Amino acid sequence: MHRFLFSIALALGSLSALSASAETPTLTIYTYNSFTSEWGPGPAVTKAFEATCACKIEWVALEDGAALLSRLQLESKNTKADLVLGLDTSLTAEAAATGLFAPHALDLSHLKLPIAWNDPVFVPFDYGYFAVVYDKTKLPKPPTSLKELIDGDPSQKILLQDPRSSTPGLGFMLWVKEVYGDQAAAAWTRLKPRVLTVSKGWSESYALFTQGEAPMVLSYTTSPAYHIIEEKTDKYAAAAFAEGHYMQVEVAGRIAGSPESELAEKFLAFMVSPGFQDQIPTTNWMYPVSESTGGLPKEFGQLVQPGKSLLFAPEEVAAHRKQWIDEWLQAMSQ
Amino acid sequence: MIRRLVPGALTFLLLGLVIGGAFAGLLRAAGTVDYGGFLESSYTRRVVAFTIWQALLSALLSVGPAILVARALARRPSFPGRALLLRLFGLPLVLPTLVGILGVVAIYGQSGLFNRLLAGLHLEPRQFLYSLPGILIAHAFFNLPLATRLLLPAWSAIPGETWRLATQLGMNSRQVFRLIEWPLLRQVLPGVAGIVLMLCFTSFAVVLTLGGGPANSTIEVALYQAVRFEFDLGKAVQFALLQVAICGALVVAGQRFVPDVPLTPTAQRPQDRPDIAAWGGRIVDTAVLLAAAAFVLLPLAAVLRNGLAGPVGAVIADRALWLAVARSLAVALAAGLLATAAGWGLLLTSRELRLRRYRPRAAATMETVASLVLVVSPLVIGTGLFALLSPVADVFAIGLALVVIINAIMGLPYVIRTLGPPLMRVGEQHDRLCASLGIAGWNRLRLVEWPLLRRPVGTALALTAALTVGDLGVIALFGTQDTATLPLLLYQRMAAYQLDAAAVTAVVLAALCFGLFAIIERGVGGHGRR
Repeated sequence: MHRFLFSIALALGSLSALSASAETPTLTIYTYNSFTSEWGPGPAVTKAFEATCACKIEWVALEDGAALLSRLQLESKNTKADLVLGLDTSLTAEAAATGLFAPHALDLSHLKLPIAWNDPVFVPFDYGYFAVVYDKTKLPKPPTSLKELIDGDPSQKILLQDPRSSTPGLGFMLWVKEVYGDQAAAAWTRLKPRVLTVSKGWSESYALFTQGEAPMVLSYTTSPAYHIIEEKTDKYAAAAFAEGHYMQVEVAGRIAGSPESELAEKFLAFMVSPGFQDQIPTTNWMYPVSESTGGLPKEFGQLVQPGKSLLFAPEEVAAHRKQWIDEWLQAMSQ
Repeated sequence: MIRRLVPGALTFLLLGLVIGGAFAGLLRAAGTVDYGGFLESSYTRRVVAFTIWQALLSALLSVGPAILVARALARRPSFPGRALLLRLFGLPLVLPTLVGILGVVAIYGQSGLFNRLLAGLHLEPRQFLYSLPGILIAHAFFNLPLATRLLLPAWSAIPGETWRLATQLGMNSRQVFRLIEWPLLRQVLPGVAGIVLMLCFTSFAVVLTLGGGPANSTIEVALYQAVRFEFDLGKAVQFALLQVAICGALVVAGQRFVPDVPLTPTAQRPQDRPDIAAWGGRIVDTAVLLAAAAFVLLPLAAVLRNGLAGPVGAVIADRALWLAVARSLAVALAAGLLATAAGWGLLLTSRELRLRRYRPRAAATMETVASLVLVVSPLVIGTGLFALLSPVADVFAIGLALVVIINAIMGLPYVIRTLGPPLMRVGEQHDRLCASLGIAGWNRLRLVEWPLLRRPVGTALALTAALTVGDLGVIALFGTQDTATLPLLLYQRMAAYQLDAAAVTAVVLAALCFGLFAIIERGVGGHGRR
């Protein structure tokens, strides 16, 4: 037993020795896991940025955007982050309320977002639209509106995610709220028989979908692009909805008073430049926020272009999220 | 000898530091806590009721059949493929939950094997997976094999003398069960059922994914919501305490069922049991084993098939995969060794209390309390320790060490279950001999304990190491770019739409766990019949 405690102490000691930092300035960025994975934008972005700055990026990868926010709330002033990348607009109001973020000093007028962007703190790096993705071989006539989805044939099932644990799940809940307003609870009650299950995260429901468990899943308009480009199949498509599609805008912000604030500001500027934006379409499978070199991959031309972009103001989401989730819970657990 | 109380005290110190530290960290970060307020919501009350209900049902449906399976295995030591089956039984619990779920869905889902067979017979497809039955099937898939493995060693504790007596008395199968096996099972069943109950009680992804909607949800989901989406740590503490209180009450209630029967030293002469020749028993055992094998192996086979259909070459050639394998192995072996050592230490002390100080209740309480760590969610431990340590230490630098320690603690209940009964038996059978020969300390460990205990030690080490290989919950909390383990890599593949490559990764992970079981159980446990 003594030997064990001793070896733990030894392990702790050697680990902290390993992490002792070198002299090159290091930019610590908190992000979500799939961003830094081998298949995400992380590796290429790191290489491109480090080539310009004589610095090192250290990524700290957490589960998802919600995990990022709760980590920041937990660490508060002691945070190791110089920059946080991967929150979305349903989290930014609460993130700003922590008082940890500093305003950016960038001119973002060249951004090509479908909505006006005037957040003084957070800088967008990509965006996408939630959509019902369906299997063409199983569903020849997909719903053409949210209304058709909600009031449609209950034997044609859809896979959803839980808004308490998943970003797309929360996005879909907000989508229904935006379109149905006070009638949202009733809409959920009507949709319920069509819902095969509500999973913890996107991965679970998307895996069930590709395994053929249901003909529809809640995902993004850009999801079919992966299957077209990487798997050479157009079996999956997104259904265009007449009411418009709810948006997700992913953002980054720098931490006030961080020792590397200059470097962080530089990264934010780099983030909206081609060196970063070029990676977005085929690694994060989202839309870039600014013109990328050579434009979008041609396969993106086959994707659904929403007629209308829906998005709640961050403050409104922060003020009502809990109440709306409770409403959803009541309606869905009857 | 006060010295013999030290190892257990050290284990409890480790437990207390980690669990106590986690709760302290959460409470400090939460500020004031309004106890009990959260139970006003009717939804929460319903969730609590459902959590208990599904956990009890799941435990019943996992452990009940496991008794039959373990008995059949005990009666048929030369059943073809028995050793392989047992080793494969180690896999479901250590697979990442999502992989297991996909395996279950491939058999019982809307377009699963079962419905395809029905369609082949021109029958209507049946949908039963996405509600309570789905949760129960999946929980049984994960836990029935575990329960079988944990129960089986109980049979080897039955001495040959007992079987000789049973043969002389001409006992039939039913009498053997009632008079010999059941009293012994009563000693181990509550502990095994307790582990399964706790695992199902805190189940998250299975309950949500196969539950069909938020009506079927567990306290763990509410806890996750409190930490992640509401950042209401006070509420999280309450949910965590509620889980511990309810499970604690259930597990303690189960312990009251354990009879306090001391074993008597026997000569351990091998002798066959009287009821293995009867044809009725042979047919029943074969049927039970085939059914259990089908239930557990079909989803595993689906996982294997999906994996082999994927881009095997590309995944195997990926350097990141092998780095993750190496990292997973290092963390797993460290956590396994720590868990086994800490568990062994705790058991030495509880043996001292039970056998030499005649305090069996105190000993049982020690083991139960240590087992209760299974209901403390990794999210609570991770978040709490983070809150506690981040102001004073570089948590990322010690992240991997924390992952090892937390996984080791989560492995303690399994060590107690596998190593506990044989350790007590060794004590009861050899204490007097050792005392009269003056064998103690290192010599006793080397000459007496190790040869008799190396097999269960091997099993405990293999199980805890494999569980750590499959762990995602803990590593995800402390993960940095350079610490991706195999399950994390698998989830990253999935998040990047690469479901086919993820399926290959799942097979690599399963193969690694299988290999770990084989190598550790052989290497540490030695050869011979189990």
